[in-house]
Amino acid sequence: MKESTPMGMNKTGMQMSPFDATDMRTGVPSMQPDPGAGDESAIAGMRNSYIAEADPVGSVPVPATVTGAVTAGMSMLAGNAPQLFIDKLGERLAFERTGTRLYDALLAKFDALGDGGTGATRAELERIRADEARHFAMLAHAIETIGGDPTAQTPCADLAGVESMGLMQVLSDPRTTFVQSLHAILVAEMADNAGWEVLVALADENHQASLSTEFTTALSEEQDHLEMVRQWFQRGVIGRTVGSQVAPPPQTH
Amino acid sequence: MPIDLYTTRGCPIDQQRFTWRDMVSRPISKLDDDAFTRVRVILLNGIETDALRFQHAAARRNRDIRLQLAQIRRVEQHQATMVNWLIGADHSPLETTIAYEQVAIEVTADLALKEPDPYLAQAYRFGLLEDFDHLYRYSALLDRLEGKDANNILQSYTDIIPGRPTVDEHRAPEDDLRNPYDRDAALATKLNAMTLTAAEFQTHDYYMNIGPLFADPVARQLYAEIASIEEQHVTQYGSLINPDESWMEQWLLHEAMEVWNYHSAMEAETNHHVKAIWERFLDYELGHFQYVAELFKQVEGRDPAELIPGPLPDAMSFQSHRDFIRQVLAQEVGLRAKGTQFVDKSLESQASLDYRKHINSAGSPSETVASGYQWSPGTELNRKVVVAV
Repeated sequence: MKESTPMGMNKTGMQMSPFDATDMRTGVPSMQPDPGAGDESAIAGMRNSYIAEADPVGSVPVPATVTGAVTAGMSMLAGNAPQLFIDKLGERLAFERTGTRLYDALLAKFDALGDGGTGATRAELERIRADEARHFAMLAHAIETIGGDPTAQTPCADLAGVESMGLMQVLSDPRTTFVQSLHAILVAEMADNAGWEVLVALADENHQASLSTEFTTALSEEQDHLEMVRQWFQRGVIGRTVGSQVAPPPQTH
Repeated sequence: MPIDLYTTRGCPIDQQRFTWRDMVSRPISKLDDDAFTRVRVILLNGIETDALRFQHAAARRNRDIRLQLAQIRRVEQHQATMVNWLIGADHSPLETTIAYEQVAIEVTADLALKEPDPYLAQAYRFGLLEDFDHLYRYSALLDRLEGKDANNILQSYTDIIPGRPTVDEHRAPEDDLRNPYDRDAALATKLNAMTLTAAEFQTHDYYMNIGPLFADPVARQLYAEIASIEEQHVTQYGSLINPDESWMEQWLLHEAMEVWNYHSAMEAETNHHVKAIWERFLDYELGHFQYVAELFKQVEGRDPAELIPGPLPDAMSFQSHRDFIRQVLAQEVGLRAKGTQFVDKSLESQASLDYRKHINSAGSPSETVASGYQWSPGTELNRKVVVAV
């Protein structure tokens, strides 16, 4: 059975305040600001002045020792900007680690509320959670392999953390349903898929064949996750599934 | 080199001006700036917000100096803004919390080492071990809720291990009061007590503001619990300040404390942009001191040098105190407070035991969040997944 949201006394709309709403609309013309005095371009102007003077969020950490970097393989990176590769590896690492915690929160929701008519099982959620944790560990090893520091927070890792904050808030809120939580997970999985696609391409550009192979496998697994979450979400909302936008996942399990 | 308050005039009050543009300048980098730059930003914001707090309280009780208080307060307000807005928005509220605890640990440790009065030094070491435990609990929350490593904020300066368990820190109010310093106490003693009171007050207010922003009930409970301890800490540190000092004495001492803090920050600062702000505000605070010193003469009919005779104490040090903290942890974690004294935990008051038993009776968030938690580089998942693989 699909999940339902109760109907009640939501007070945010103007229809719930018919008298005050009329007063709000009529107002006192002489007190209204002049709409011809400006528009939101003033905001863009202030933002632009800050953008012009802003420092970057941060830098990609240099290897602890030059020798370490050379022997570990960073010098063998062939791409135009090896630090970009490190930055993106750090981003994926941070995202997978946070993703593991998002699934921890989703599992708690599942245990408390059930599947919400989605058809999801605990075993499937646990499997995805384990995949996220394994991807995190694999990325930590990959960063070490090319001479980077997997404990460092790179700029893109930092920003991935900022992006994930809203998802964490939805998932950890005891008031949200399983299906509402799944929507947050769906956002995460969609972003994750796009991230892995870029990472595979970067590994190829940097002539990291073995990493490319590992990342391609991870991408396939993430496509699998996305398709599962998309179908659960659709079943939870409309009681059935509608078209898929990703290729059928390869049989990786 | 110590600053002489009476020979350095500072910036006159009427030249202490701001625009919104310079109040809201470039923030520090969470990733590239040294952790102690962030420690100084947080500490100085705490000092400024305490200046506002004190001066408002003074205005409620002193009709004749309300205008002068309002004039200085306006500048302090804008200083606080400029300082606090240096924290970059990529710090999650929980990451900033980790930094607040680092301030509480490293600054308290430094002042405990420098404090000439052994009783106050003991009080600082006592509070230190409690904030040290808060860092461990919040690090567990950051790891288990957001999937982040607290050491990205701490930069390996501060250990992440349990201190005096937070669950045991809850005490009856009568066991949080301490004996105040004497009127003739060393200037360093007075400035240390005022500094730590300001810092803890800020921490309390920060937790009270951001606690409800979390959706997670574990986070909401943990902030509620630790904010309660911070209130206890404000009670402890605030009670060290001599309540027989006059309003004007405390105002003058507060301005001297602000000068000392900015001077300490300026001496240590590694970020050139931030250092320029410390230099500017040191100059402003010297101007405040001169202004209040003149007012002190008028109101009290006394020479300010009677209260503050010599140069300020040496600058505080912004550095890791790992060895000192480990030593204090090993020797004093079993201490508890009873009345104004520090005693072995076997001698705790019945009032504190009863209070603690009830407040923890529906569960302890600080125990729940850190159940089995051991910090590992890169978060506990790094250890668990590697073991599993």
